Amino acid sequence: MGCVTSPAPLEIERTESAEEVFAVPEPDVPWVTIVHNDPVNLMSYVTYVFQTYFGYSKDKATKLMLDVHHKGRAVVSSGTREEMERDVQAMHGYGLWATLQHDRK
Amino acid sequence: MPGTFEPLPGGGAAVALDDVEISIIRSLAVQLMELIGPGPAEESGDPLADLFAEGPSEPPSDPVLRRLLPDAYSDPEGAPQGKEAEEQRAYSAEFRRYTENDLRAGKRDNALTVIRSLDALAAEGEGGAVLKLSPDESRQWLGALNDLRLAIGARLEINDEDDSDLLFHLPDEDPRKPMVMAYLWLGGLQETLVSTLLP
Repeated sequence: MGCVTSPAPLEIERTESAEEVFAVPEPDVPWVTIVHNDPVNLMSYVTYVFQTYFGYSKDKATKLMLDVHHKGRAVVSSGTREEMERDVQAMHGYGLWATLQHDRK
Repeated sequence: MPGTFEPLPGGGAAVALDDVEISIIRSLAVQLMELIGPGPAEESGDPLADLFAEGPSEPPSDPVLRRLLPDAYSDPEGAPQGKEAEEQRAYSAEFRRYTENDLRAGKRDNALTVIRSLDALAAEGEGGAVLKLSPDESRQWLGALNDLRLAIGARLEINDEDDSDLLFHLPDEDPRKPMVMAYLWLGGLQETLVSTLLP
């Protein structure tokens, strides 16, 4: 009889350990891509990049561009660190000055 | 109009350029390609090995290259101290190792497209010609024009809006004047090229 009942607790244990593996060890703080103002990039070009790369609407792209221009910076995307590294690399490809960081707000 | 890109029916863009304009853009694009180069890592001659070769981890010392290939993790506004600054430097170095070679290759490719389309143009024209670009070529030209302006801007030390105001009112005898004229002219080309690409 002992042999018949033993698989049940084993199975429960396995489920528990699988949950542990997928548990997020750190608090889920997203990362952000920030584009910084520079006096060389054209306003129209910056708007074009936000529309083309991120697929943002003309209104949203223009608002972000104006934030960069007037406030010196704007958060243009957020997500995992890997996603933000991809976005920063793309921005550098377009010649925009971008960095990524943990979103602390 | 000279120095102005116009949209082509069915996509793409066209601009009329004279011989002097063609040679200025070409020479700037060649200089940009030479500056960007393959980067500090030695090319082995084996394309497969080069594909997996790591890029540099240190930022370039040249201010133009530093602008074209910036650090990914250093916030220019925050001035982190101690451990945080160290961590940012380490992250930036790692990012650079894995991305800088691709970034350089993309920028070289754009500049090469500019040179090739100008060379094809020069062969047919006399005194000037109309350059016609496909939509793909337009996007590469746009990137190259932007990199050229970033490069000239860094050489002219344009760091804020006040710097550009000063430069735009230079007396004619100032040695920086020709470079400023080129910078403004390229800006006009880029501005009109963007407008042909916007939906």
